Amino acid sequence: MIHRLLVAGLARTPTHFMPDQAVIRCRDLRKTYEGKVEAVRGIDLTIYAGQCYGLLGPNGAGKTTTIEILEGLLHETSGTVEILGRTWRENPAELRESIGVSLQETRLAEKLTVRETLELFGGFYRKARPANDVLAELALTEKADAWVGKLSGGQKQRLAIATALVGYPRILFLDEPTTGLDPQSRRQVWDIVRRFQSEGGTVLLTTHYMDEAERLCDYISIVDHGRVIAAGTPPELISGVGGHHHVEFALDSEIPAAPALWRSLPGVAAVQTDDAVTALTVEEPHRTIPALLALVEQNGWRLSQLTTRQSSLEDVFVNLTGRHLREE
Amino acid sequence: MIEPSSDRPAELARTAIVHGRWTGYRRLLVARLKELFREPEVIFWIFLFPILLALGLGIAFRNKPPDAVRIVIAAQPGSQRIADLLRRAPEAQSLKVEVQPPAQAALNFRLGKFDVELLPQPAAVVEFVYDPARPESVLARSLADHALQAAAGTTPQVPILSRVNSEPGSRYIDFLIPGLLGMNLMGSGMWGIGFALVEMRQRKLLKRYVATPMRRTDFLLALATSRLILMMTEIVLMLGFGVVAFHMRVVGSWTAIVLVCGLGALCFAALGLLTASRAQKIETASGIMNVVMMPMWIFSGIFFSYERFPAAVLPLIRLLPLTALNDALRAIILEGSSLSSQAAPLGVICVWGTVSFFFAVRFFRWT
Repeated sequence: MIHRLLVAGLARTPTHFMPDQAVIRCRDLRKTYEGKVEAVRGIDLTIYAGQCYGLLGPNGAGKTTTIEILEGLLHETSGTVEILGRTWRENPAELRESIGVSLQETRLAEKLTVRETLELFGGFYRKARPANDVLAELALTEKADAWVGKLSGGQKQRLAIATALVGYPRILFLDEPTTGLDPQSRRQVWDIVRRFQSEGGTVLLTTHYMDEAERLCDYISIVDHGRVIAAGTPPELISGVGGHHHVEFALDSEIPAAPALWRSLPGVAAVQTDDAVTALTVEEPHRTIPALLALVEQNGWRLSQLTTRQSSLEDVFVNLTGRHLREE
Repeated sequence: MIEPSSDRPAELARTAIVHGRWTGYRRLLVARLKELFREPEVIFWIFLFPILLALGLGIAFRNKPPDAVRIVIAAQPGSQRIADLLRRAPEAQSLKVEVQPPAQAALNFRLGKFDVELLPQPAAVVEFVYDPARPESVLARSLADHALQAAAGTTPQVPILSRVNSEPGSRYIDFLIPGLLGMNLMGSGMWGIGFALVEMRQRKLLKRYVATPMRRTDFLLALATSRLILMMTEIVLMLGFGVVAFHMRVVGSWTAIVLVCGLGALCFAALGLLTASRAQKIETASGIMNVVMMPMWIFSGIFFSYERFPAAVLPLIRLLPLTALNDALRAIILEGSSLSSQAAPLGVICVWGTVSFFFAVRFFRWT
């Protein structure tokens, strides 16, 4: 009874979760395909109510296998899984009513409209949210009567998440929710996840984007070769590595041959550009930043943004495995 | 312990829509039908194609008045007498007679422009030149012979009466339409169910569905229902077309026809389910379905009677589900047979359907 009140209370106290309210718990989870391929080799997870929990790892690390076992879509070879204190074997129907799932790359029926798709999925649940509410929340109202086949990638992904949210889930499972999306669509998806969390929901997501894990997740397990190689809050994980810093800035004009120019600044190890933002990987920010500012000043450019940040989860992964998260 | 499915935040629960037992099934069925009717290819293959086929074959094999027999007479002494005799013969209106120079007459006969060539010989003898390999030539020879004898005043030893009978029911189109209906039920059952399922599996839509509280039986039930609804349209279109365009006579009861078609539609839906139970790709499923349907296209008597095959294989042919369906449909539609008289073919259909369904459900791969 007390627990119920606590859970209800979560709706009003976003981002705080009760350490003793494990909604997902798995112990020594293993999955072997056809007696040969060991996709998951002993994973332990404890996910608390209200948490946004991330499984971060490269493709083929066993993230999808793990999340599909937790979703009750695959059977584990060994180990135990408890969702909301129940098991898939004993309470499948009850658990299905309580979770929402978005698979990696589901292509929904192309010749149904957005609203028809949502109403179809809503019809599977005993209690469902009105389609219009969900459409409004996911910014799909304008597309309500468009065929699914005509949607953009970002809209399709929002609809996929909408079908997961339509049944009032307590837990939302998202497998690679932003893979292949443009930056704006990714941010929209992140907002949806945050809103769900702020209303008291628990989220488990997999991703191979470290920025996504870092910005969205309260707690992360880094998965590689079917095992958890590190776990913690993003700051905990990053403080474990130390070292690198990042200087990110944006200018309000286009600079020709910019990467070579930035690289020539003192102490710059690498240059990356994402949209309008340039990110410099530096050893000593106190040497690089004054040089950068001087260069901008000399040329009469204007900075529209300047931030520095510490090493990311990517560095954590490289530090642990000697490999990059995304080999592209 | 946390209670699943309770304690949703109160402000959300207030707007909740509560669904009954059959909401999921109804929505699946409606979605399925909408998808079908939004697919132009489906409309063509299920509805238009069989009608075009019936129309084409009906026109090609329509009962037309018998062609006149074409006779050429070589222009030699005596040819005029033969031509006069033929023109006075009782069957003169079905004879087309021409007199041509001998070389041209021989050439035109060889080219097939005439069915028989007549050469006047001395002593009023008429020589017939015909080709026993050409049925129309054989017919022309015997008809010309009879016409000459009758015109010359010979009386037949056995008096004969003839009566014309080309009533609806015995024509090729009457045979064809129930066969096409059976073929259509097979095709749309196998493609309609099999393709839809493999496509959904390929899109991971099946997996997405089973990640919801959807009942799997509801899903299969909705598929079966959509088949039965489509089947009704197919029956009305095919038989309606036969009746309107070819004045076909439907002798049996419509209830019996609908029941037999329903049984056939479900049987082939189950067979479609079975062929699609494991396949991950459309290409694989398409291959399997062709292998399954090919023998029935050939042996099951769609376009011609399967009795033409050697007697030894007939029992095997009768065990094919489409043969059974076509037999039952023809018996009921053309002869007005009762359902109970069709117990044997209906039994064959039921066994195929049940066994296929059992194995399909057993091996079915949702993910």
